[in-house]
Amino acid sequence: MNFQAIRAIYSFEMSRTRRTLGQSIISPVISTVLYFIVFGSAIGGRIPEIDGVSYGAFIVPGLVMLSLLGQSVSNASFGIYFPRFTGTIYELLSAPVSYLEIVVSYVGAAATKSIVIGVIILATAGLFVPLHILHPGWMILFLVLTAITFSLLGFILGIWADGFEKLQMVPLLIITPLTFLGGSFYSINILPPFWKTVSLFNPVVYLVSGFRWSFYGVGDVSLGISLGMTLLFLVAFLAIVAWIFKTGYRIKA
Amino acid sequence: MNAIISITNLSKSYATGFQALKDVSLEIRKGEIFALLGPNGAGKTTLISTTCGIVRPTSGSVTVDGHDIIKDYRAARSLIGLVPQELTTDAFESVWNTVSFSRGLFGKSPNPAHIEKVLRDLSLWDKKDNRIMTLSGGMKRRLLIAKALSHEPKILFLDEPTAGVDVNLRRDMWALVRALRDSGVTIILTTHYIDEAEEMADRIGVINQGEIILVENKVELMHKLGRKQLTVQLHQAIEYVPESLAAYRLELMTDGTELVYRYDTRADQTGIASLLAALGKAGIDFKDLQTKQSSLEDIFVSLVREGQ
Ligand SMILES: Nc1ncnc2c1ncn2[C@@H]1O[C@H](COP(=O)(O)OP(=O)(O)OP(=O)(O)O)[C@@H](O)[C@H]1O
Ligand SMILES: [Mg+2]
Repeated sequence: MNFQAIRAIYSFEMSRTRRTLGQSIISPVISTVLYFIVFGSAIGGRIPEIDGVSYGAFIVPGLVMLSLLGQSVSNASFGIYFPRFTGTIYELLSAPVSYLEIVVSYVGAAATKSIVIGVIILATAGLFVPLHILHPGWMILFLVLTAITFSLLGFILGIWADGFEKLQMVPLLIITPLTFLGGSFYSINILPPFWKTVSLFNPVVYLVSGFRWSFYGVGDVSLGISLGMTLLFLVAFLAIVAWIFKTGYRIKA
Repeated sequence: MNAIISITNLSKSYATGFQALKDVSLEIRKGEIFALLGPNGAGKTTLISTTCGIVRPTSGSVTVDGHDIIKDYRAARSLIGLVPQELTTDAFESVWNTVSFSRGLFGKSPNPAHIEKVLRDLSLWDKKDNRIMTLSGGMKRRLLIAKALSHEPKILFLDEPTAGVDVNLRRDMWALVRALRDSGVTIILTTHYIDEAEEMADRIGVINQGEIILVENKVELMHKLGRKQLTVQLHQAIEYVPESLAAYRLELMTDGTELVYRYDTRADQTGIASLLAALGKAGIDFKDLQTKQSSLEDIFVSLVREGQ
């Protein structure tokens, strides 16, 4: 392992993060506050408890997931797209680093940033509703696993994209709808059977459900299935990344 | 022979189907300065990129100090510093950080003293805290060289290192390259300034349309292909070259006041003595003589033209 290289890339990416952290934090924090004002207070007051949890508290895990997914995908995609765009990727390709080292450092840096933002969102939510985390260990596990998994997806996106539009379209057109329809703001158990079945094809359902379980001990699907599906996505994305590097897809001429 | 890079039957076809390298075989000797010349699109950058791991070879093999560039990429790449042709930099980073980053990327532990030396050698020391986007083009070029030298490579590829660098700095850069060679670094450079190759290189390779058409020791090349020309300045302009001098294939220049005779330095007889005698017989007076050796540039141009 070329640990020096991992350290170099990771700290390079983190210094980029530090330069932009202010602006990266502001927008998710503001939207979280807005969600709480609209859903938590204005509408939430009229919504009965779900699974014995007040609506304001119910949406906390979903809100954290919403930011975590969006941030992971956009951080990681930008991190690898930018050197491709400017051409500085030549140095990465000519350096004695393995594909694994490249992925570990880029995905690690992107995941670190989104975990930091996730924690900040959680703290922001704590200003509006009292936070109860039943299983903190599981909570952290889901947080970290999700950040890594979706940073991998972002990495894939950053390699596939051939323009800034695509880089922004995918989170907007795919990640955001999947998160909204993935039970972030409701339990999929309240849906008619048909739509509930459809929802089960949405990967975000399993992430949100497992994450919510770690808070309140209840989820839309069982903990085992949540964890299993999360790991499945992780492995699937890893396989795609391995294929990308094996074929040099969009990286090497 | 002491080859540090061996390229064997290397071919590269890009995804477009274009074949940029055709069965290239080439050996670079340890410690030499090798200049790769060729017109735009000849395949110079492709050859360098393939050796450095940026472009995947279609067939053939390359070894660097005995390490295969694919099977043993770590060992091969850690010996190589690459200065790319394009000015690609991270605009927002500082000079110091980006050079230190390169060192880390190549697996070397931090060594501020070495980074300082490299920056000083390239006259970038007073810019070390500047953001890269505030540098001029020539400074960015030197920054790329600093990045390549940050990890103390044994082999240095310079893809048009002096494009856009002013005359003084070019001389400094040549001195730096020579100093590197003296410290044992092997250098492969491409350039469109033939005088640069003539000045710097130990050996010269010419590539055209993806094929290496010549590899030769510079001195021998100039000697072997070198033609000289003799210019005879006449007292009085003449209108045509007399019939009696036809065998010399003289050219009449400068409104008939100069006669140019081209001859081969390798021939047993240059023919100069007999030409001068023949001139006297024909009653043509001359006031001065000049000889000129053809430059590498002339050689290069005629080689590439022949190949087309
Ligand atoms: N990624 C690519 N895809 C398709 N064709 C390419 C690619 N890169 C280079 N080529 C083609 O390969 C040929 C060789 O290009 P290369 O960059 O190696 O030339 P060069 O000798 O470095 O030229 P120059 O002196 O202009 O730098 C050119 O015809 C170029 O158009
Ligand atoms: Mg080139």
